[in-house]
This record gives sequence, structure tokens and C-alpha cells, in this order.
Amino acid sequence: MNRAKFGASVMLLAMLALPPLARPQAVGDHQYTSEAIELGSRIYTSQCALCHGPQGALVDGIDLRLGIFRGVASDEDLRRVIAEGSGEGQMPATALGENEMEGIIAYIRAGFDPEGVAVRIGDAARGEELFYGRGGCADCHRVNGEGPRTAPDLSDIGAIRTPAVLQLNLLDPAAALMPINRAVRLVTFDEEVVSGRRLNEDTHTVQVLDSAERLRSFAKAELGSFEISREPSKPPIDMNEEEVADLVAFLLTLRGAL
Amino acid sequence: MKRFAWTILLALLAAPAYAQISYERILQAENEPESWLTYNGGYMSQRYSRLTQIDQDNVGDLELRWLLQNQVFGAWQSSPIVADGVMYLTERPNSIMAVDPVTGRVFWKYVHTPADNALVCCGANNRGVAVLGDRVFMGTLDARLVAVDRINGELLWDAEVGDVNLAYSITMAPLAVKDKIIVGVGGGEFGIRGYVAAYYAETGELAWKTYTIPAPGEPGHETWEGDDWQYGGAPVWITGSFDPEENLTYWGVGNPGPDWNAAQRPGDNLYSDSVIALDADTGELRWYFQFTPNDGYDYDAVQVPVLADIEWQGEQRKLMFWANRNGYFYVLDRTDGEYLLGSPFVRVNWSSGLDENGRPIPTPQPEGMPTWPGNQGGTNWYPPSWSPRTELFYFSAWEDYATIYEPEESEYVPGRAFLGGGFDVLTPAPGAPGVGIGRTNPINNWTDEVGHASLKALDPRTGEEVWEFEQFDVSDSGMLTTATDLLFTGGREGYIHALDATSGDLLWKKNLGGQIVMAPITYMVDGIQYLSFISGHVLASFALPED
Repeated sequence: MNRAKFGASVMLLAMLALPPLARPQAVGDHQYTSEAIELGSRIYTSQCALCHGPQGALVDGIDLRLGIFRGVASDEDLRRVIAEGSGEGQMPATALGENEMEGIIAYIRAGFDPEGVAVRIGDAARGEELFYGRGGCADCHRVNGEGPRTAPDLSDIGAIRTPAVLQLNLLDPAAALMPINRAVRLVTFDEEVVSGRRLNEDTHTVQVLDSAERLRSFAKAELGSFEISREPSKPPIDMNEEEVADLVAFLLTLRGAL
Repeated sequence: MKRFAWTILLALLAAPAYAQISYERILQAENEPESWLTYNGGYMSQRYSRLTQIDQDNVGDLELRWLLQNQVFGAWQSSPIVADGVMYLTERPNSIMAVDPVTGRVFWKYVHTPADNALVCCGANNRGVAVLGDRVFMGTLDARLVAVDRINGELLWDAEVGDVNLAYSITMAPLAVKDKIIVGVGGGEFGIRGYVAAYYAETGELAWKTYTIPAPGEPGHETWEGDDWQYGGAPVWITGSFDPEENLTYWGVGNPGPDWNAAQRPGDNLYSDSVIALDADTGELRWYFQFTPNDGYDYDAVQVPVLADIEWQGEQRKLMFWANRNGYFYVLDRTDGEYLLGSPFVRVNWSSGLDENGRPIPTPQPEGMPTWPGNQGGTNWYPPSWSPRTELFYFSAWEDYATIYEPEESEYVPGRAFLGGGFDVLTPAPGAPGVGIGRTNPINNWTDEVGHASLKALDPRTGEEVWEFEQFDVSDSGMLTTATDLLFTGGREGYIHALDATSGDLLWKKNLGGQIVMAPITYMVDGIQYLSFISGHVLASFALPED
């Protein structure tokens, strides 16, 4: 067996050795059931979609699916706006039963996904503190040109991910990590050990952003070993439900350079 | 099976190990021939490389190392930049790729989708990027300038340079000078008012903006009548050059609008068809030289200003060489724009010569009669090369190519074509196929009687042709010379050619099968010198065989 083949088999075994992929446990607010989300979907279509649009983004400054509101944060706020109307009569008051109200909030919080997980969106300012502080997120992630590039840049993450996916990222990072972003560790014939993030790969080569933020390309035949992991290089810290909600709220504010 | 620990040392995160692509490095680009740091290979725009691994004896051994296939159809005019072992390359309409220059595999790709109403005369072209610091910069078809992180391809800022609704666009590679990124705008066929603008690389804020058509009260405005200046064209769509000692940037300015009806806009129409010298810090106009006053032939002066310091009539001088679309070759003093020499390099009949100040003596042809050179010019935007070793100036010319102009009155409508008539290309028999603006088919359906390529090597001291290399078809390919007196170029037929830069002898050729409408570059990684060409939809890189 030559060294290249050895390298490839190491990679394969490393992946097999990982635990089987598990769906996350029910997370966030536990009060929402899939029945409630389903009910909410029907109510949304009949009573809300005309103005808010099928994707929830037709009203300026609001994207219900992505959890972007003008002045609303908590479930309680949502309940009040739906019941009482808003915008000086632009949005009429809507009389809903308790189950229906529960359902429409669940549907919005689940990112319009009937199969989805309801997401609580907390306080963005507290989330920002967590991101740059105790959460340690900024140790690896870059935002708006600040911070390291070793983990994916999050400058526009709030524009390209739903709240449900962001929450999943925080609670079960291995499940939500894009495969191309997987961490790699390789050893060259010169015994240089390179850790980094995978950017591109084919049968014969792999392209990596290494831990010193260099773009590097390697021929697999010239590697002593090449391993790849489903796990992010640094898992998120333990967070309570409140903190996850705050962090999701902050991530949703990251809408890119535009 | 042992699994490794996934710990990335935080200490490594503190400072990127990448060297920054500083302004100082770009100033010294010629001393760093393993990289290719600007569109034209350095501020002098000589497209001359000091690399010597590939020479006249071994050039015949060049072999293909890798290909990168474009996923988009249309002419691929991009000229790559290579810095610190990464190639940065644009793809139609407005994508940037970071490519491994050893394997051709892609690290990242940034995609800008231009506005639906972006309007360009001649295809969704983009000619490349600028790099500065840890950033890559690209102008877009919808007239924006974007800054992207050089390492991870993330957008950092996106500035509006021109109004897309008025058909402003950007196709050229920007130029990075000090802390600024400088671009010009296209739209000379749509009644824009052209300008060059500089943006702070850090923030995307506008630093200065200099119009190529003077406003009322400014010098030169008297060369326009009425409101003509407001939609008089004069775009800037090719990368300029920079002289750090003079602190001057030099830009070629395009045609006045409407293109073909000069009578509709009386006057010289400054600064259309001129070279303008702008202060790098303020954009202030220091001097100009107009090649074609009141142009009715679409003779954009959008050629690359090639800068060289040579002995001129017994005295060391700072010069600028310019083979113009109007068929004349010029030598100017780049400190003040003084005209030193001008001579035709192809057949010219729109003018009978140049006066002592370099101003053409106009000889407009009667209605229905051909004008030489034709609408695409004696040459065009294709980047030339100057070799300080051979002291020859190399560029692609079109021989035997003429146009019959049909001017008519045009009304300016914002955002619409503003052409002033049309034209026919002269053909051997009425209605026979002529030379089109681009090539879209592997079958060459015209004869060399209506235009063919002549790669010219000129001695700038005399304006005389020292040698030429002719091709059957015309060529829109740029030039590259090296310190081993090799000249690399291509053409519409799809061949890449390596010539002896001193004699013009063909030393090597390879059929890549698609038109070459860019200028080749060379670079070195891990001790191996590479040559990169784009042919059709393929970027191909060559090197000598490994032993």
C-alpha cells in the first residue's frame, strides 16, 4: 500500500468512526408542536399572506420567515400586534382563538416550515455580547471584515439562513455544518502538519484555508495523511435556552455589506 | 483508529501569516516577477517579465499543466493577477475566482449579479481585478466597484460608481494606487459623460472624481457647443498607468458621442480620444494630449499608456508610447504631454498626417468611400508590451481594414444607444462578409483582404516597423515579453505563439482552439515558471516538463 492510499483510507475510517447523525432534540420553546405549526400555516395562508406575501417578505422592513420585524421581539409582542393591529391601521387587528394564535406564532417562529422547529428569537444586543464575549464565536468567525477567517465568515449569515437553521447550528453544529466547510488535518511528506478548513476538493487535490489564513492547495499523493471531520474545529460553548435565542437574534442582524 | 484532536491554536489566529500586497510591493512589481501584481504587470504597464526559466532554447518543450473551464459563454477578456501563490481572475459577467496557480483548482468564487438593466455595447466583458492589502477589487457591468476579502472571498463593500439607468458600466480592471482604487466608466455608445473616479480601498468612499468632459467654466469646455457636453461620451474603459515620481496617473479616453456623426457635435470635443494625466491624490488634470479631435470614426484612445524611460535624442527622458486606434503611433513626454513623434503604422486616409504639435490634418472621405483604418481601429484596447532589452514596442494591429461610415442625426435619450448613424465594413464585393466585432464560430468566413492581424515590433525612436508577424485572421490579443527575449501572444484563430522578440521568428505555437482576446501573463510558484493564456472558454497554463 502506498502512502497516498493510506492517506485516503485514514480519511474514510475517520469519518466512519463518528457517531451516526442524530436529529436534534426538540429545542427552543417547547410549547410549540408540529400540529400548532401546521395550523398556523393554514391561518397564515388565509389571513396574512395577502399583505405579507407567501414568503413573508412583502412588507417593507419585515421578513417574517427570517424573523426580521420592525418593533417586535418577543412572542408576547407578536401576540399583541396580531390581536390589536399595527402601523396606524395599516395592519388590521385579527381576532384569533388561543390555539390559532399559538399556531400562527409557531409558524412564524418555525421559519414558515411546517416540518420545522419553532425558534425563539431573543435579544440581539445580548446576543452580540455573547458573540464577542463569553461565547467565543469571534475567536474563529469573521464579521464585516473583523476577526479571523478560519471559520466561515458570518457577515451575511442572517440573510442566507433561516432562524431554524441558525438555531440548529448552535445546538448541533455537526448536523448543520456545510460539508465543504469541514475541518481538515493533513501531514505532508515534509512532516508539516496543516490544520484548516476545506474549501474545495477533488480526487487528486484538496484546497484548504489553513490555520494561518493561507490559501493552500495539496496533491493528495504527496500527503502522509489526510483526515477530515464532521465536527467543527471548536464546538460552541454550553448555552441555555435564553442565550441561544439571543445569539440567533444577533445572527439575524448580520445582513452583509449591503 | 486514532482520531486527532480538533484544536486549532488560537495563537495562530492573532496575525495572518500572509504578506499584505502593499502599495510598496506594487511599486516594485518588476523586482517580484514571480507575481503579476497589476492588470498590466506593474505601474509602467510594460507587460515585461524578468523571469528567465523559459527561454528561446526550451520554449518548444512547454507543456500543458492545467486548464480551467469557464462556465459562461462569450469572449473571456480577463487578464489574471497572481500574488503570493494565488491567482485572481474574473469570469463573465462579474465573478471573481481565487485559483491555485499550480493546479487550476478554485479556492473560492465571489459572484456579483449585475442589475437586469445593465447595458454595454459590446458584450458582458470584464478584464480583471486589482489587488491591494488583503483585498481584491472589481468593477461591474452595473457600474459598481466591489471590494472582496482576498482570503475568503467575502464582500466587504460595494460602491456605486455610476448610474446603471443611464447606461454607465465598468469593464476594465481597476488600478490600485497608494490607498485608493481608481476606475473609469464605459458607456460611450449611450451618451454618458465619462469620468475617472478614485475610492478609498478601506471604506469604499469616493476620494475624487474627474470628468473627461469639462463643465461650463472649466478649461476645454469651449470645445463643445450647447448641451453636447452633457452626453458627449468620452468613457474610460481600459486600465491606466502610474508614474510615482510625477504622482500622475494616465488614462486613455474613449470616443465622443454620438459615435459617427461628428457634425452633430462641433468642436474638438475635449477630452475625448485623448490621454489625460491626473494627479493620483486629487484627480486634478495636469495635462492632456488629444489624438483625434472631433472624431467621427469611433477612434477611442483606450489603449494602455505604456511608460518607459529611455535615451531620446541624446537625453534620458520619461516617455509614453501609444499605438492609437486612429492608426498613428505616438511618443509623448509623460511629464508634460509634449508631442515628440507620430507616424502611421497602418494605412490611414482619414488624415493626411500630423502637424508639428501632433494634431492630425483631417481628410474626411466622400460619402460612400472607405475610411482606413476601420471602426475597430488600427489597433484597440489590446495591451501592448515594451521590452527594455530589445527596446521595441509590440502590439496587435489590424491591416487592410476599412469602414464606410454612414453618419446621421441622433437624438439623445437617457440610457439608450446614441450612435449617430452606422457603418459598413469594406469588403471585396458588395455584401460579402466583412470583419465583425468578435468571433463566434470556428469557421473563418472572411478573407484577409478585409482585415488581418499584424503583430508589429516598432522602434519608438523612429516609429519604424522593425519586424511584423502576420496572421490570416485579425487579432485582439495582448502581448507579453520576457527577459529571455520571448514574446507571447495569440489571436482569434486560437493559436498561442511564442516569437523571438528580436527577430519576430516563430519559435513555438499551440492551437488552443478558441479566440484569445486577453494578454497572456507569466508567474513562478515553487521554482516553476508558468505561462497563462485564455482561449475561448479555457484558461490554460503551461510550464516546462519536470525532469
